[in-house]
Amino acid sequence: MTISDENVREFCLRMGDNALILGQQVSAWCGHAPALEEDIALANTALDLIGQTKMWLDLAAELDGEAKDADALAFLRDARAFRNCLLVEQPNGDFGQTLMRQFLFDAWHQPMLAGLAGSTHQRIAEIAEKSEKEARYHLERSTDLVIRLGDGSEESRARMQSALDALWPFAGELLEADDLDGALAEAGVAPDLGSIAETYGQYTNRVFDEATLTKPEGAPSRKGGKTGMHSEGLGYILADMQWMQRAYPGAEW
Amino acid sequence: MMAQTLERPSADDVWSWLADVPDPEIPVISVVDLGIVRNVAWRGETLVVTITPTYSGCPATAVISFEIEEALRRRGIKDLKLETVLSPAWTTDWITDEGREKLRDYGIAPPQGASCAGAMKPAGPVACPRCGSTETEEISRFGSTPCKASWRCKTCREPFDYFKSF
Repeated sequence: MTISDENVREFCLRMGDNALILGQQVSAWCGHAPALEEDIALANTALDLIGQTKMWLDLAAELDGEAKDADALAFLRDARAFRNCLLVEQPNGDFGQTLMRQFLFDAWHQPMLAGLAGSTHQRIAEIAEKSEKEARYHLERSTDLVIRLGDGSEESRARMQSALDALWPFAGELLEADDLDGALAEAGVAPDLGSIAETYGQYTNRVFDEATLTKPEGAPSRKGGKTGMHSEGLGYILADMQWMQRAYPGAEW
Repeated sequence: MMAQTLERPSADDVWSWLADVPDPEIPVISVVDLGIVRNVAWRGETLVVTITPTYSGCPATAVISFEIEEALRRRGIKDLKLETVLSPAWTTDWITDEGREKLRDYGIAPPQGASCAGAMKPAGPVACPRCGSTETEEISRFGSTPCKASWRCKTCREPFDYFKSF
């Protein structure tokens, strides 16, 4: 299969929508985090992700025949047109759940971007090179905190374990290649997800060991986001994020 | 021909003007000190200034472009184009030595070591910008802007910002 602009656009939507939905969700903590330092960390992480979103969706918009811009893609698409994985649309829950979601995402995001930095597609390689440095910093932070809270008090450990039990089934979607992933890997546009999965498995095993947490056994993998089949949560996220542009099209400040 | 050449400022002049444009978040250093101006060149009659973002989501990026444009318009540049490049990605290694000293004087510990080593944690001890002690500790991996982390000095007991090696 030769790689068309449409294929690249679809892939940019996957990368951009993951960053957008997670960034939107994490930004909701601003002013509500358990400690000032964490409040700042969450807001900064969200900011990085929204910045990355703009780069991916700008490229997606350029490849779109209808010549929309990144804002139009973010604010005017319906849920079925979003290509983010189900993990990032899971509710914020308590701080432990937000943190576990971040860790499960970062542990995929960083090696994925590192691989994409070597993409045969120049624009993708540039965006990935820029984003990977930020993702590396996010992964260092979420790793530190998962270990501290997992191997922490009885209360913090119980919360982190229950977050892992709830979210682990959603991790698989990031690592399972579909036809598009396979074709992109073959053309050298994106890394082989099999190798990312191997890195992911080793890294998360090591961190969970240190955090005294256990991956749930035999949980079914939950997926669908890559093809636009989302969970109920995404509709609420989009309603919150999009209502202004929907109610007052073109509003600026 | 001669008159045209005289009208057109050299790239060196433009660089020196840009060295007076402050970073909007840390006004003590200029956009040149920060290493985000990548190139200044004439393309025909158009002055092309190439800049690169620090962090992809840094809210100051738009303000920086605006201020560069303002500064050059004030100098009489009419035909101006600002271009953004992503690669090679900005690194704190490009902050000038002068910029580092200005940061320290301002109370921000400058980035430690080369960022290309891979690890985001500082390579050596971060010295307190107030008392110089290296008995310091990280409070949070993030700070008041995307480029900084929050630290504290165990000697003079003052908190301070550390410009992360990135």
